[in-house]
Amino acid sequence: MNHWLTAPILIPLLGGILQVFMGYAPISLRRTLALATTVLILVSAIVLLALADDGSYRIYAFGNWQPPFGIVLVLDRLAALMLIVTAVLALFCHIYSIGGADEGNRQFHALFLFQLMGLNIAFLTGDLFNLFVAFEVLLIASYGLLMHGGGTVRTVPGLHYVVLNLVGSAVFLISVGMIYSVTGTLNMADLAVKIPQVSGEGLSIVKAGGMMLLVVFGLKAAILPLCFWLPRAYSKATAPVAALFAVMTKVGIYAILRVYLLIFGDDAGELANLGMDWLFPIALVTLAMGIIGALGSGSLKTLVAWQVIISVGTLLAPIALGSEAGLSAALFYLLSTTWTVGGLFLVSELVSNQRGSAKDRIVTAPKMQNRTFLSVLFLVGAVAAAGLPPLSGFFGKVLILKSVEPGTEMAWLWSVLLIGSFLTVIAYSRAGSIVFWRTVDGHLEKPDPLNGRVSVAAGALTALAVVMVVLAGPITRYTDATAAQLHNNDAYIEILQTPMIREDS
Amino acid sequence: MELVVALVIGALTASGVYLILRARTFPVVVGLTLLSYGVNLFLFSSGRLATGQQPVIGTAVSYSDPLPQALVLTAIVIGFAMTAFVVVLSLRNLADNEGDHVDGKQPYKSPAPEKEEEVTGK
Repeated sequence: MNHWLTAPILIPLLGGILQVFMGYAPISLRRTLALATTVLILVSAIVLLALADDGSYRIYAFGNWQPPFGIVLVLDRLAALMLIVTAVLALFCHIYSIGGADEGNRQFHALFLFQLMGLNIAFLTGDLFNLFVAFEVLLIASYGLLMHGGGTVRTVPGLHYVVLNLVGSAVFLISVGMIYSVTGTLNMADLAVKIPQVSGEGLSIVKAGGMMLLVVFGLKAAILPLCFWLPRAYSKATAPVAALFAVMTKVGIYAILRVYLLIFGDDAGELANLGMDWLFPIALVTLAMGIIGALGSGSLKTLVAWQVIISVGTLLAPIALGSEAGLSAALFYLLSTTWTVGGLFLVSELVSNQRGSAKDRIVTAPKMQNRTFLSVLFLVGAVAAAGLPPLSGFFGKVLILKSVEPGTEMAWLWSVLLIGSFLTVIAYSRAGSIVFWRTVDGHLEKPDPLNGRVSVAAGALTALAVVMVVLAGPITRYTDATAAQLHNNDAYIEILQTPMIREDS
Repeated sequence: MELVVALVIGALTASGVYLILRARTFPVVVGLTLLSYGVNLFLFSSGRLATGQQPVIGTAVSYSDPLPQALVLTAIVIGFAMTAFVVVLSLRNLADNEGDHVDGKQPYKSPAPEKEEEVTGK
């Protein structure tokens, strides 16, 4: 029992409740408190990262019930890593949003903090049904955030997003029910013990349940047949919200990692590696689809939204192959791509604000005022996203390429990833050269000046791509250890035997 | 009883899916509601169906599984909140756009073909 585990959930919960009641307080006070909450979340994530770095599993059992009977939070290296990714991204998005994007909705900060709470529950929970609850918490906050700022352009993509996710939740519940009806448990560690013992009639039910779970997580992660809602919804959202949503697809990937390595992993008997031979080709097609979308996109934000789908494909391909090196490489790339895509969303909004009616469309327009600053930020972001040396995206892709064993899979992955990276470079250079170089004479009458907060937030988030290169050694050591821990299911199952605190002691 | 429950779940889910596939927001909302009823019943029955058994240990000889009932309760509460949100959102869609089409606008309708006048030799 470690009470620190509840901190990343309780801090945004309390901060969010405070924001709800402060709807009419002065905006500077609300902003200060909200930002302080996000900083505290980051601090708690760093504390948990330090705790998890020794490689042991820490649990927090609500009501002191021995798992699998109660609800547990489980902290391991992967959960701590995801908490850090989210907290860092959220801090910069939040700093950006107080530069003016949070106006027009009194509950923006409350929704933002509840979104963080949902994400943190999803990463910490050790229970399938609680994962469903976490998904719903983060989704209902994301519905609100997506509509933030209003405007008729957001209603239709928002409606599609909400209806799709509600159908996804229904499928999630059905699959949870199917798995429960056979195994009689929903605790992940307990499922990892029970699933290999399933036989006879139950086998096909659990198999169907497991495949339906993959569909649900695929919807969250936006893999190919389920990804068409994403570009429209993300490109229409306000910049800090879109940047925060860069981590939402990673929740789906996190859930796939958790469920298909632990529950349906190598030790799962007849159900071992369920669905993974489907996932590899789908991941490659998703990657190709994302690149086609990026090449055809007409505005910077749509381009970045398709980049989200490209990164999902790139991440899932090594995960589906299931090697330890591939997993470690994927985690490194996950860190890099989440922050880079977030930074690119912020930069494209800054560009959009300076180009008058041209907005962020990839067309010629009058010169921007802060052209040098913005073009350097876009260049750094684009280089990191496309995977050119020397920035972090390149390291991630090299690690992924190196992790594949020679064979058919290697031929497919190398060709799709390398040709894809080349085409991504074309997409970014086309967008960048038109937006920053091909300008018409004259300036706009009244350009929006850059203010300190937004430029610092966008600049710092983009600069993380450089920081990650400097810290590549320690980060790779951590992701290697995480991959090794994820492949050792016996240690996770031992949380079932963790002694609870006795009342008399 | 099993057959009736299975038929009810199947009918609810099938009608829900059918309505969700319609292109208007009102049928979609009703469809989502029906689907969530079907899902809730399914989740409830995943703990096996029984009559006269209580989900409390010690009150009867045998007891029914309490966990699916707890799950269903959570799912119902969440489902209500989500349905309320979709209703508000579809009203917003109705106000913002021309009609209640889920794409915000009517798909293009080809104009009725002009009647060709019969050409006769006269």
